Amino acid sequence: MAVKLPIYMDYHATTPVDPRVVEAMLPYFTEHFGNAASRNHPFGWEAEEAVDTARKQVADLIGANAKEIVFTSGATESDNLAIKGVAEMYREKGNHIITCVTEHKAVIDTCKRLEKEGYRVTYLPVQKDGLISLDDLRNAITDKTILMSIMTANNEIGVIQPIAEIGAIAKEKGILFHTDAVQAVGKVPFNVNDLKVDLAAMSAHKMYGPKGVGALYVRRRNPRVLLSPIIDGGGHERGMRSGTLNVPGIVGFGKAAELCRLEMEADTKHLSGLRDLLNERLQKGLDEIYINGSTEHRLPHNLNISFAYVEGESLLMGINDVAVSSGSACTSASLEPSYVLKALGAGDDLAHSSIRFGLGRWSTAEEVDYVANKLINVVTRLREMSPLYELAKEGVDLSTMQWEVH
Amino acid sequence: MAYSNKVIDHYENPRNVGSLPKEDPNVGTGLVGAPECGDVMKLQVKVNPATGVIDDAKFKTFGCGSAIASSSLATEWLKGKTVDEALAIKNTDIVTELSLPPVKIHCSVLAEDAIKAAISDYKKKQGVTGKTADTHAQPTA
Repeated sequence: MAVKLPIYMDYHATTPVDPRVVEAMLPYFTEHFGNAASRNHPFGWEAEEAVDTARKQVADLIGANAKEIVFTSGATESDNLAIKGVAEMYREKGNHIITCVTEHKAVIDTCKRLEKEGYRVTYLPVQKDGLISLDDLRNAITDKTILMSIMTANNEIGVIQPIAEIGAIAKEKGILFHTDAVQAVGKVPFNVNDLKVDLAAMSAHKMYGPKGVGALYVRRRNPRVLLSPIIDGGGHERGMRSGTLNVPGIVGFGKAAELCRLEMEADTKHLSGLRDLLNERLQKGLDEIYINGSTEHRLPHNLNISFAYVEGESLLMGINDVAVSSGSACTSASLEPSYVLKALGAGDDLAHSSIRFGLGRWSTAEEVDYVANKLINVVTRLREMSPLYELAKEGVDLSTMQWEVH
Repeated sequence: MAYSNKVIDHYENPRNVGSLPKEDPNVGTGLVGAPECGDVMKLQVKVNPATGVIDDAKFKTFGCGSAIASSSLATEWLKGKTVDEALAIKNTDIVTELSLPPVKIHCSVLAEDAIKAAISDYKKKQGVTGKTADTHAQPTA
């Protein structure tokens, strides 16, 4: 079977909406278009009922109670609400927040803003495998610490942090624990009670739902978490997030969550099989390629590899019918290589040489085959024209060379 | 990012990829950039000692498509030029020829640096090995 081009392997960025999700959403644009906050007519009741169903579907996916789900516009808003909401609400208790250097910008930049407002933030480093050290976490805690925010799975390297252990520490110390769970929820088992999570950010479009809708899990018991809202208005979502609910989006999110819950086992088997096949093919065809981040604690659909001596953007040019991402500076607006890969301490040159593959529900073995073959050819060709590869083959240690840095 | 057709052409069919013997007194080698910046260019020229004209030029580049194209184009331009003419190549000429966008101008700067480094290496070699310094190269024993 010939593969259809271009091939999408960037499922960490976003996912297509599952046709079953689209089908569930459609009636809520035209037929059942009511405002879920309209309490005095059937149009509103229908919309509210649909939202309640979706709330239950999302809650079921993470082992929560439906009342603990606050719908938002997406995970960036959820992260902002969790962190700013806790910071303001618990200001009298303390002003210290612990997070990690490899967090998504929605967390890091939110913390940076709070620093300007007088809060203190500790950014924990990560070890070579991309995971934080629990000792570092314990040592960072002070009597002023009110919140820990550690992501469940990383969006670039797919590593899964020891959330249950972090949750236990948070509980022991009486500190609230928020996790940006965007990449993990729907992909790997995630239960807020097993993990002792107090707040968790989620997004529909990362799990085959629509863009523009997300949720924040807010624990109601042991402890009851209180948040100051960041958006004021009509008092929707128990006062935590005002604004007319995006009913079709929420219905789609609910359906997507239900499908992820029911099909997780099959999805995982399919995805880890393809991911391992891709890795195997590349390892067989090329020398000096390195997987970034732990292979043990990792999402089933993520592979992040550095192809030594080859620059990421030139690699992407050579596989321009394959949609993937690179940690190379040249592919980002900032002209800085990936801060996540830099944090692993592998050296900026390997960050520049990295490609992130994200597989998904509709990825096929034929696609993996095509991508692996193409990559092997391109990397081989680019290494033939790489002065670094030539020097390395001559036995020069590149790390000891004096480079003229611009 | 959209690339100009010329950048894509140089990326897909790079001219003069390879290496010249570094020890040859008539060969000048320039190695510029740094791996942690994402760009390293090696550019070499071989000068005809009788005429002072660049007979051959080769490059190897670690970098994005625009960096590869800039160095590939530089080797094309170098061939047939005298050493002095080569020094007159400006990064802005490369920007214009390849229609490089502003974020890729540093690639052309690196190519100009590589040309200058290669020629300076050649001149240094001539100064040391072939008594007559400066521009006109002399055959060495």
